[in-house]
Amino acid sequence: MSPLVRGAVLYAVMAVLILAVGWFQSWTVALTILNFGLISAIMALGVNIQWGYAGLFNVGIMGFAALGGVAAVLVSVPQVEGAWGAGGVNLGLAALSVVGTLGLTLFVRGRVSRRFRGPATLLTIFAGYVVMRLFLDPASDAIEAVNPSAAGYLGGLNLPIVLSWPIGGLFAAGAAYIVGKIALGLRSDYLAIATLGISEIILAVLKNENWLTRGVKNVTGLPRPIPDERVLQETPWLIDLAARFGADPVTGAAVVSRLGYAILFALVLLIVLWLAEKALRSPWGRMMRAIRDNRDAAEAMGKDVTARHLQVFVLGSAVVGIAGAMLVTIDGQFTPGSYNPLRFTFLIWVMVIVGGSGNNWGAVLGGFLIWYIWIMAEPAGTWLMDSLTDGMADGGWWRQHLLDAAPHLRLMFMGLILLLVLRFAPRGLIPEARGR
Amino acid sequence: MTDILNALVLLSNFVLIPALSYGAQLALGALGVTLIYAVLRFSNFAHGDTMAFGTMATILVTWWLQSQGVGLGPLPTALIALPVGILAAVGLVLLTDRWVYRFYRSKRSDPVIFVISSVGVMFIYNALTRFFIGTSDQRFEDGERFVIRVNDFKALTGLDQGLALRTSQVITVIVMLVTVAFVFWFLQKTRTGKAMRAYSDNEDLALLSGINPDRVVMITWVLAAALATIAGVLYGLDKSFRPFTYFQLLLPIFAAAIVGGIGQPLGAIAGGFIIAFSEVMVTYAYKGVVSLVVPEDMAPEGLLQLLSTDYKFAVSFIILVVVLLVRPTGIFKGKIV
Repeated sequence: MSPLVRGAVLYAVMAVLILAVGWFQSWTVALTILNFGLISAIMALGVNIQWGYAGLFNVGIMGFAALGGVAAVLVSVPQVEGAWGAGGVNLGLAALSVVGTLGLTLFVRGRVSRRFRGPATLLTIFAGYVVMRLFLDPASDAIEAVNPSAAGYLGGLNLPIVLSWPIGGLFAAGAAYIVGKIALGLRSDYLAIATLGISEIILAVLKNENWLTRGVKNVTGLPRPIPDERVLQETPWLIDLAARFGADPVTGAAVVSRLGYAILFALVLLIVLWLAEKALRSPWGRMMRAIRDNRDAAEAMGKDVTARHLQVFVLGSAVVGIAGAMLVTIDGQFTPGSYNPLRFTFLIWVMVIVGGSGNNWGAVLGGFLIWYIWIMAEPAGTWLMDSLTDGMADGGWWRQHLLDAAPHLRLMFMGLILLLVLRFAPRGLIPEARGR
Repeated sequence: MTDILNALVLLSNFVLIPALSYGAQLALGALGVTLIYAVLRFSNFAHGDTMAFGTMATILVTWWLQSQGVGLGPLPTALIALPVGILAAVGLVLLTDRWVYRFYRSKRSDPVIFVISSVGVMFIYNALTRFFIGTSDQRFEDGERFVIRVNDFKALTGLDQGLALRTSQVITVIVMLVTVAFVFWFLQKTRTGKAMRAYSDNEDLALLSGINPDRVVMITWVLAAALATIAGVLYGLDKSFRPFTYFQLLLPIFAAAIVGGIGQPLGAIAGGFIIAFSEVMVTYAYKGVVSLVVPEDMAPEGLLQLLSTDYKFAVSFIILVVVLLVRPTGIFKGKIV
């Protein structure tokens, strides 16, 4: 089977799987799976840019996605009245002291003899940190005191939430630049460990800096790019449309609003996919593959491997950031507590490996397929446990324990899929085309 | 004078002793990571979950022993259960090696492939642990909780500040010393240990001199799993057992291994204590200590806390970053890129 036909068949199978959910279960569920599948596909594309193009192992996807989510909050929510007035000056001074510390550090490093450079740098940074805290602490207290039950944070810019998607990408790219600067050019494991660390820290900041993100109190009710379902239910054209399909307006509104998201997300996916494919087929893409496949040879040809790695790492993380902002957009809320590395980092990895590392179409397919399996595995696991334990006494301790443990089966399942594909089909469902 | 003594006691109670036992736990964890790295040449992302699995097995056996009325008197029952937990973890990692890593070893795959498969393994261990014991907090410490109680200490010394020494802290340090002594004796003096070091230094040369690679790898896994279980049980006795916390321990453990110089057993121990002491010292609020030492009118208003405890992971990360920037090989010159 030619690769093209193989890809087409696999995508058709995926479409049938989603349609089957719509047919047998409900169209709202099918569309929800489709929407989250689209977001997953974009995240998988971002990871594929890093792993498939350049062989970089990023274990901090969760952190970059969360940064995208912050962008959604900061861009879309209205400003909190009085918050800037309460803590704005101190916040500005804190920001100024960060900048001042950076400048001073550079200045000191230039002036001090080599022997004392390290201690002098540390001392300057420490002093700068203390000064920053002197301003930041009162600012954060003052801001959190502003209407704490409903706000207690700065709020955002009150702009359309769609704008936050590229901005989320920028946030993630900035974080990726810093991590990449530090960890690239060393052993490949070091990048993995550094990204694992930065994602934990990003999450810790988002959970605890209440003045910025409201922390674990969550920001709910974000503005939506598509009219809300409850509004749609009452619009005449929708009631009319639903009647024509023989559905009630509630379902109709749910389907129409989800379709709207699906179109928006598909648009983003197509743009990212088109750009990624363009890049892959360009001289730049060939250079990246050359570096990945034989780093030493590429270096000998005069390619700056570390700089190219940094570039591709930043680009991939930006794509993940975009997807992270989209995820918060469709959820309509930002909940730092819900970010979990198994769901946001390692699941995406399974998508890329299963789909086909190095092949963008494969990563996208992997995104849809693994998301589908992830959603379906929970009821399937419960059902499996239920039928397996059918013979046991009802209400027995063992049966209850096994039923409670059923949701964990899907973690096991994902791990198994990852290991099996890595071993028996390391090139994935849609393998990378060689020799272009 | 008494004020200074009081301040010292306060500092020991909240910084030195907790950091010492936490450092011992991290050191044992990092020792396992570093051994795997030295022999198999990859960072094992499943190490945190190996710890969790071994601890879980230990806890289940502890519960069973408790239900049978078996105990160690003042010492925690978990110490009897520990060997069983170690056996369970060893069995698990050996099966994993047989089914997962051996194939890539025979193909001489890239280290990053090993790392990715260790992520897959992590998923499975994680699910196994949660399957058996659930996700919630479990405490399994029993026996005498304290060696020295706060009130006893105050009565004994007549100081205002009390010092509590928990049994689990003393056990942690003693077990850690015994374990580390054993591992070093094993690596330095026994034939197998020497074979491991030779294999780690130069694989091809070791193979030429007739060292059996399968045996070396097997012993490494056994040691790593045993160290992971011991570290996990000590951590669980000291604090509490929760699968997700053990996954999060991965970061300080990796940081410890890298700071000390990855692949260097001695470095892992030093790294463990460096990370633990920095973490505890940076997140401790010094207000009480300073108020005792300085004159009353100069007592500080703020908490004098550098970082809130929510950011303790940031400490290991910052140390990691500094080491990567300044001396990527770590303190004890670990394996170079």
